[in-house]
Amino acid sequence: MSVLLDVKNLRTHFHTHRGLVKAVDGVSFHINEKEIVGLVGESGCGKSVSMLSVMQLIAIPPGKIVSGSAMFDGHDLLKYKPKGDEMRAIRGAKIAMIFQEPMTSLNPVLTIARQVTETLELHLKMDTQTARKRAVELLKLVGIPEAESRLDNYPHQFSGGMRQRVMIAIALSCNPKILIADEPTTAVDVTTQAQLLELMQEMVNRFNTSLVIVTHNLGVVARYADRIYVMYAGRIVESGLSEDIFLRPLHPYTIGLLKSVPQLGQTKSDRELVPISGLPPNLIDMPQNCAFLPRCSYHKERCRLEPWPELHAVGAQHYVSCYVDTRETS
Amino acid sequence: MTAYIIRRLLLGVIILLLVTLLVFLAMRLLPGDPLMIFVSQFQTESFTPEQIEELRREFGLDRSLPMQYINWLGDILRGDMGKSIIMGQDVGYLISTRLPVTVYFGVMSFVVSAFLGVIFGVICALRRGKWLDSVVTVLANIGITVPAFWIGILLMYLFSLTLHWLPTSGYVAPTENLAQSLRAAIMPVICLSLFSVAALTRQTRSAMLEVVSQDYIRTAWAKGLRERVIVLRHTIKNAMIPVITILGLQVGLIFGGSVLIETVFNIPGMGRLLANSLFSHDYQIVQAGTLVIAVVVVLSNLIVDISYGWFDPRIRYG
Repeated sequence: MSVLLDVKNLRTHFHTHRGLVKAVDGVSFHINEKEIVGLVGESGCGKSVSMLSVMQLIAIPPGKIVSGSAMFDGHDLLKYKPKGDEMRAIRGAKIAMIFQEPMTSLNPVLTIARQVTETLELHLKMDTQTARKRAVELLKLVGIPEAESRLDNYPHQFSGGMRQRVMIAIALSCNPKILIADEPTTAVDVTTQAQLLELMQEMVNRFNTSLVIVTHNLGVVARYADRIYVMYAGRIVESGLSEDIFLRPLHPYTIGLLKSVPQLGQTKSDRELVPISGLPPNLIDMPQNCAFLPRCSYHKERCRLEPWPELHAVGAQHYVSCYVDTRETS
Repeated sequence: MTAYIIRRLLLGVIILLLVTLLVFLAMRLLPGDPLMIFVSQFQTESFTPEQIEELRREFGLDRSLPMQYINWLGDILRGDMGKSIIMGQDVGYLISTRLPVTVYFGVMSFVVSAFLGVIFGVICALRRGKWLDSVVTVLANIGITVPAFWIGILLMYLFSLTLHWLPTSGYVAPTENLAQSLRAAIMPVICLSLFSVAALTRQTRSAMLEVVSQDYIRTAWAKGLRERVIVLRHTIKNAMIPVITILGLQVGLIFGGSVLIETVFNIPGMGRLLANSLFSHDYQIVQAGTLVIAVVVVLSNLIVDISYGWFDPRIRYG
């Protein structure tokens, strides 16, 4: 299995009126070929910013990619100019993105046809007629009924789920290597959520695309992801294969997350859900030591005195950044 | 759509009735008598009170106010705008000779405003926070606050009296000599469009900045589109929706501005005719003139409302 995208030591900071926000602070991850990767964490932990940074879609200012590299196809994406031709040749063509809000992610004044064909014309150099035919095929593929007649509709004539299908069609239109889905199902109802995820899984299998699902919903990644990264306060605190994360979680935050979601097959006595106490930290003026410390029930003296631990291997592909061996404590 | 237009036109008729009634009453409330002003023009002749009463009857001013208004309205509906008290000419004829002049300047000012306002606004938004944006924004704020006639006088002083580049004032028909006509139109058009350019620049800039931060613009960037395509195809059309509203308002403002500007630049248009008639209490001209302007404003508002549908497919008329 070869590595498609290799991100190393990514740091993205935002200059705000109240101070410097280290939204992403030293994140490393990689995406393999034909793999579904989950990036999990609470709102504001930097998971979306990490992905937008790789695509160089961060607004500069206030944002700034301070350091890091993102190797893709032998080139460092972060070396490209954000609006330059090289970066644009990647976006939508090699790495495509689907966003959280289907209601607002499509342009309200342009027809669906225009919004689907523009990537085809731009990246695949199709002429108008061919692009239109291809657009119909793509819309059929993502399950839009009567695709021909709906081509000239506007986004407001589609439901949220249908719009997200259109977004998926646009994202897959140029047969990208990687599809990044940033909270793709957060804004739709549960039934639609499942349909969209099934669709995305089917599509990435068909197109041999790798999929990155950015989400706060553990249920979503449990079902689909091969590998999972857990993020907290701008860093990755644990990563591993899905089995590692779900069956042998090691970081206190991962353990907390799993305890706070209901699971099928739980017995009545341990059905009680345990929320993680406290709030995520303010990312301005973060302390040097572990950011999860104030909410951690496992913490030891060492956690207070030493800086945030680096990720260290605990299994073949299982990494965790914690001084405490939670297996002993529990 | 047709039903919508018909309904809007009926509403327009009501607005026009209210406008004419208001102007009619306002003119009657002004202190002064048009006949006295008419009489005072003739220094050599003296009018007997009987002659003045005779004139009063001739112009129907001896009747009660409601009767005067109803008579005037009836005449208007038959296409008769009445006769000027002071100038003695047919009002319809006077307006038909003056209106084209005002429309000539008005259309030019409107086109200049729409074009420059939108372009400046777009440039400011794209160069947000850069020096160009700051300079244009300051100029736009000045443009909104300074009185146009004052700028007109300054321009005259600079370009006509000092540099001798442009004629100080006057009007040359474009059919007569196009080059001369345009030369004479430069300063009046600057004055007439100054406020509109400034207002449209500000509105366009803020609308563009609003749209630029929308999710669908991020989607457009994520597709790998060129910045030019994102601005032209994805941003401007969305940003135009609030701008069109302001653009529609400019029609009325430019017509209103023509009253001042035509006086400053000595242009024989509707504006100056109205201003002079207002001073001399020439009821018929003021009433008919404001009616014409009101018709233009009502129609331009209707056009604006219909054009929303072209910019924003979500808008349905019903």
